Amino acid sequence: MATVVARREIKDSFRDWRIMTPIILLTVFFPALMNFAAGRMMAFVSNYGAQIIATQLIPFLLLVVGFFPMSFSLIIALETFVGEKERKSLEPLLATPLTDAQLYLGKMVAVLVPPLLAAYLGMTVYMVGLYFNVGWLPTWQLLSQTVLLTTVQGVIMVSAAVVISSQTTSVRAANLLASFIIVPMALLIQGEAAALFWGNHVGLWWLILALAITAVVLVRMGLHLFKREELMGRELDDIRLGWIAAEFWAVMSGRRENNGRYPNPFRWYRQTLAIVPQLGRPIVTLSVALLGSLGMGVALAFIYRLPPDMLAQFTGDQIAANLDQLQIVARGLPLTIFFQNVRVLLLLALLGTFTFGILGILVFMAPWVIVGFAAGQIFLAGENPLLFIAATVLPHAIFELPAIMLAAAAALRWHLTVIAPPPNSTLSEAFVATAAEFARIFIGLVLPILLLAAFVEAFITPQVMIAVYGR
Amino acid sequence: MILTQNLGKSFDSFTAVRNLNLNVGAGELLALLGPNGAGKTTTVRMLSSILRPTTGRAEVNGYDVVTQPAQVRQSIGVLTEQPGLYLRMTGIEYLLFYGRLYGITDSAIRERGLALFERFDMADAHQRRLGQYSKGMRQKVGLIRAMLHKPTVLLLDEPTSAMDPHSAKLVRDTIKEMRDDQRTIILCTHNLSEAETLADRIAIIKKGSVVAKGSPAELKQQLLGHPQLEVRVDHHLNGQVKELDNLVTVESINENTIRYRTPNPEQDNPILVRRLGELGLGIIALHEVSQSLEEVYLRVVAEAEEAQPGANN
Ligand SMILES: Nc1ncnc2c1ncn2[C@@H]1O[C@H](COP(=O)(O)OP(=O)(O)OP(=O)(O)O)[C@@H](O)[C@H]1O
Ligand SMILES: [Mg+2]
Repeated sequence: MATVVARREIKDSFRDWRIMTPIILLTVFFPALMNFAAGRMMAFVSNYGAQIIATQLIPFLLLVVGFFPMSFSLIIALETFVGEKERKSLEPLLATPLTDAQLYLGKMVAVLVPPLLAAYLGMTVYMVGLYFNVGWLPTWQLLSQTVLLTTVQGVIMVSAAVVISSQTTSVRAANLLASFIIVPMALLIQGEAAALFWGNHVGLWWLILALAITAVVLVRMGLHLFKREELMGRELDDIRLGWIAAEFWAVMSGRRENNGRYPNPFRWYRQTLAIVPQLGRPIVTLSVALLGSLGMGVALAFIYRLPPDMLAQFTGDQIAANLDQLQIVARGLPLTIFFQNVRVLLLLALLGTFTFGILGILVFMAPWVIVGFAAGQIFLAGENPLLFIAATVLPHAIFELPAIMLAAAAALRWHLTVIAPPPNSTLSEAFVATAAEFARIFIGLVLPILLLAAFVEAFITPQVMIAVYGR
Repeated sequence: MILTQNLGKSFDSFTAVRNLNLNVGAGELLALLGPNGAGKTTTVRMLSSILRPTTGRAEVNGYDVVTQPAQVRQSIGVLTEQPGLYLRMTGIEYLLFYGRLYGITDSAIRERGLALFERFDMADAHQRRLGQYSKGMRQKVGLIRAMLHKPTVLLLDEPTSAMDPHSAKLVRDTIKEMRDDQRTIILCTHNLSEAETLADRIAIIKKGSVVAKGSPAELKQQLLGHPQLEVRVDHHLNGQVKELDNLVTVESINENTIRYRTPNPEQDNPILVRRLGELGLGIIALHEVSQSLEEVYLRVVAEAEEAQPGANN
């Protein structure tokens, strides 16, 4: 079934001269041109004995030769996904027995195959030409890396284009949004160019892995978005800021759950507390991350042992005086501490939205790595690390940790709706609703607890430290 | 067979269809009438498992539209509001593509497709690109696409809106045949005479709700009262003809015609003719004034307007 769709679409693309002309140009003439350029450069540069530079440029041009036809997948994708919606030929297709996934996969294949073929062909033309011109042959590693990079980038561009096209109904609007794909891709190519230039092949393998993961996530996201209800459930082509604001407020204020009326504060709190049990899985994930980061901190402490004279400063009476150097304990007014924590949590929430929560988790982990590191060094200095943690972190952490945990978990739940939205609502609904619930948790629970923790940290922790380690 | 119970659909806060209860059996054709934006297309989309109902449920050919969408779509043929063809394909290529999606063999698609092309007077067009087809031809191709796999249920959204009278007749005849072949058909249309000739039952929708339902004859009877009769005589009539007042309800008198209504014409018409004869009036013709469905429609729609003033949200 999916192949029936794919075959039709590919045939259609081949009949569209607006797509075929540039692809043919890019496949045949551009590589030939690059070839000529590379040959010239070799000749030119070798005159000056700097052949190294030329041999580094050749692989980069190989990548570029593959990338240009591949970038056409973006245009074909917008044409196939939004164009079909715009021309109204999608609805009859939606009325057939095709499942959403079959339709999506069929279209994905159709969008990817012609540009991929063009890219491989272009790269072949370029390499064959170079071989006969200057006798250059790529290593197997280089060849497989460039082919993989080209392919994975194609998948990323196409699946990102599908995500974009699900949010608009006109090709024009989609083209505007497509710059959100082109710009990061261009940056990526520059990074790859640098890696190729310096011959950092290990780095490139890691990059390929990261891109492959991104591609998988984006494809899954596309699968969730490419649903009949999402496609036909709205016809208006606006970014719907008004709707987003209204929906956010309805969930945030508790009106949604309260049959359209504003709940009293007491009730609002009860509703907010009822969200907490839903955070179970994110909390487990974060707890694992927390333990992991403590462990990593300790491990780092063992690997990067501080010099003995420094360690000596953390023993006995010296501890209290020198703790500042470890930057474990924030010194300052409670409000400064409070705002610092709020800032970090908001940063966490923000970074996570672009990265499926990954950067959010990293921000969450960072301080615990430091704590682990400090505890590890204390242990190496011959002191009791548990006592150290109990004295310097525990008093306020009793409050702070739950607050941070709640905020990070609510944020993670929000970020992950993009990958796996709940079955009974559309992606945009779920995304806005979980964002609003994050806001509820943040304002209703996290802020008050953080405030309390900040006072404890400013006034009580120092007392405990003095009590434990003396002056 | 199509069955809906309190079927409804809201987009965000806007309700496009509410509390729709339909029951259309095999061999039956239901016409959905209603002004623009009434919710006809939205209903068709829910019945074809494209839009998910927000309230109630619907069954098509015994399958639930929410839980068994694949079976629903396999058993229906849909003519969408806009044909939405692939203009770079030829007519026959297009049918081959759609036929394969229903698992029909290529030879069967060719055979049936060409027969339908011929039937709709387009036999020589099947090798041409759809982009070169006229508007009405495109609509016909859409209809052929919907009928290609011989579905038990047909959902036709304004099938003749772009067609010339001859083509429209061909299409109507085909629809009638499909109905006689025990298929279940829902037809959305703005063409009232089409609804009247084809429909076993009619539902008039307005702002998402059904405001009148019944067979064409029932609807007329309900809304327009007893049939109106007209008698034409061979003399000029000056004003009233008092002699008839105690017999029938006279509605209007023109130069030489009288229009009236009566609950039982079998009994009253002979008396009326006799009395007119006694007055020295010769009868040229006596016939029933055909009351159009249009009148019914306009009245229903206007009444619904009064019933829910300003209810456009
Ligand atoms: N995807 C959508 N998002 C928001 N509103 C919609 C959507 N689809 C339809 N509507 C609204 O629902 C109402 C019913 O639309 P529908 O297309 O079903 O009307 P219709 O009876 O088919 O009208 P017409 O006779 O003009 O074809 C309209 O007011 C329309 O604006
Ligand atoms: Mg319509």
